[in-house]
Amino acid sequence: MVKNTLKRIDLIFKHEDDCKEILQKTMQRSNEELINELIGSGLKGRGGAGFPTGLKWKLTSEAESDTKYIICNADEGEPGTFKDREILTRVSHKVFTGMALCGRIIGAPVGYIYLRGEYKYLTGQLQEELDKFHKICDEVGLDFRIKIFMGYGAYICGEENSLFESMEGKRGEPRNKPPYPTEHGYLGKPTVINNVETLAHTWTIFKYGAKKFRDLGVQDSRGSKLFSVSGDTPNPGIYELELGMTVEEFVEDFGDGDCKAVQVGGASGFCVPRKKFREIAIGYQGKLTGISLPTGGSMMLFNSSRSMYNLLSNYLEFFTEESCGQCTPCRVGTQQLLQGIRAVKRGEKQAAYLDKLLALTETMKSTAKCGLGQSVANSFQSIVENFREEMIY
Amino acid sequence: MFCIIKYHIPILSEIQTITVNQTQNNYKEAHMTIIQERVKELIAKYGKGRENLLPVLQGVAETERYVSEYSMTVIAEAMGLSSADVYGTATFYSFMDTTPRGKYIIRVCKTITCFMKGKNQILLALEEALKIKLGETTPDKKFTLLETNCLGWCHKAPAMLINDDIHVDLTIEKVHEIIAEYKQKS
Repeated sequence: MVKNTLKRIDLIFKHEDDCKEILQKTMQRSNEELINELIGSGLKGRGGAGFPTGLKWKLTSEAESDTKYIICNADEGEPGTFKDREILTRVSHKVFTGMALCGRIIGAPVGYIYLRGEYKYLTGQLQEELDKFHKICDEVGLDFRIKIFMGYGAYICGEENSLFESMEGKRGEPRNKPPYPTEHGYLGKPTVINNVETLAHTWTIFKYGAKKFRDLGVQDSRGSKLFSVSGDTPNPGIYELELGMTVEEFVEDFGDGDCKAVQVGGASGFCVPRKKFREIAIGYQGKLTGISLPTGGSMMLFNSSRSMYNLLSNYLEFFTEESCGQCTPCRVGTQQLLQGIRAVKRGEKQAAYLDKLLALTETMKSTAKCGLGQSVANSFQSIVENFREEMIY
Repeated sequence: MFCIIKYHIPILSEIQTITVNQTQNNYKEAHMTIIQERVKELIAKYGKGRENLLPVLQGVAETERYVSEYSMTVIAEAMGLSSADVYGTATFYSFMDTTPRGKYIIRVCKTITCFMKGKNQILLALEEALKIKLGETTPDKKFTLLETNCLGWCHKAPAMLINDDIHVDLTIEKVHEIIAEYKQKS
């Protein structure tokens, strides 16, 4: 039974299609005013990293270049995440409008949607919607076009720099940072790259004003967020909720009464055990919010019938396959972690070997080139530290 | 008598070999022409710049069901790249098949939620229905059975892709029904 103690928000999927009116209204305002509105809303990147969106647009608009790009990152590959597919299926015009306005503000006449290969069945419908949207752009006198670029089955391409490499026809291997995409992105030009959901939120902000968005959520974690709920829950699906809730509140609404742990943020996120449900909130790290975990929206629940060892080994198999293999800490580290926990489980290594593996994740965290290798530590540490006995016996 | 037969056999087999070789060569040549034409068409559509390499590779994979080393060299030449560069890109992406595949490529999701909701049973049902093991292609080249990482249908697990089409909420019965349907397709 759904308890519904958490407030359900209906902004993203709200049925409204006044693209033309919003474009017209917004185009009368100055770029500076629009950027300030966005900064004032407190919107942060909804892919999980949480970079302030307004600042990203501001930096790119200030970068000097003859060509700039706006890219919508629809390479949703994190295990347990499926909200972007739903947005593109139901309200793609909101994403397009966000892209068009960003294009106008930063000075980019062309935008791309990098769609993961697993969602290829969406292209037909998306192209139809795009054709309609392009007509609206022409009607309001906005010189802007969006193209779809297909990914082809690589999780790492959700990382912004790998995505650019992939679009440039190369292997999807991350670049060194800095320079950041705001100066040096696709084809070396200043690029805004936003998650699908982030762009959909800009619709709400430009239509209703920053305040409506800002009133939702808590300090440092403003607004609502889509959550992809799966695992041992009677109500799997996509829900729009306010940021700032505790894991306990979430479990009360979505758990099956026997919830043992919640994985927040997918395989690269954190596993929260039952004893910590009350103290951990969902949102971005901030001074006032205490311990909060960021998430791209993936919330997976596990009940007591699940083995945390199987869970971790499934994550590690995932990372071993999806590591691009460019840097050693990630390529070798992921393999060693997987072999290591298997050896401990089989009794070939002593339990203390887990501490060596934990130290290895620390090394990976500080030396891997991109987020993939660095974030393996999140799930590994939170599972091994909280469920050590399950790793051994 | 014996002698005559002995004399005739080599000639016959020689003739046979020649015919086989000729058909093979003809087939190979025809295939090479098809690939060259396809690459030409794709480059005309997307352009020669390296940023169009992935769409061109995808275009070849779409019609040929895989990208052969020969196709890679044709693409490399047409786009002014080294074949090593093209090979590097082609082999990076998990959906870019570089060995011949069946007409219908089945990719079963094996990531956490699908794993929890019984993707192993689904895989066994598929192996039974297709009479092949994971990673293999049926002798009639119609089906290839593979696993893949998260397909983004965790709330309707287990899930699988057949070419570009998604199938969710799978059960053993449903798998047999789906495969029976595809078997009837040409």
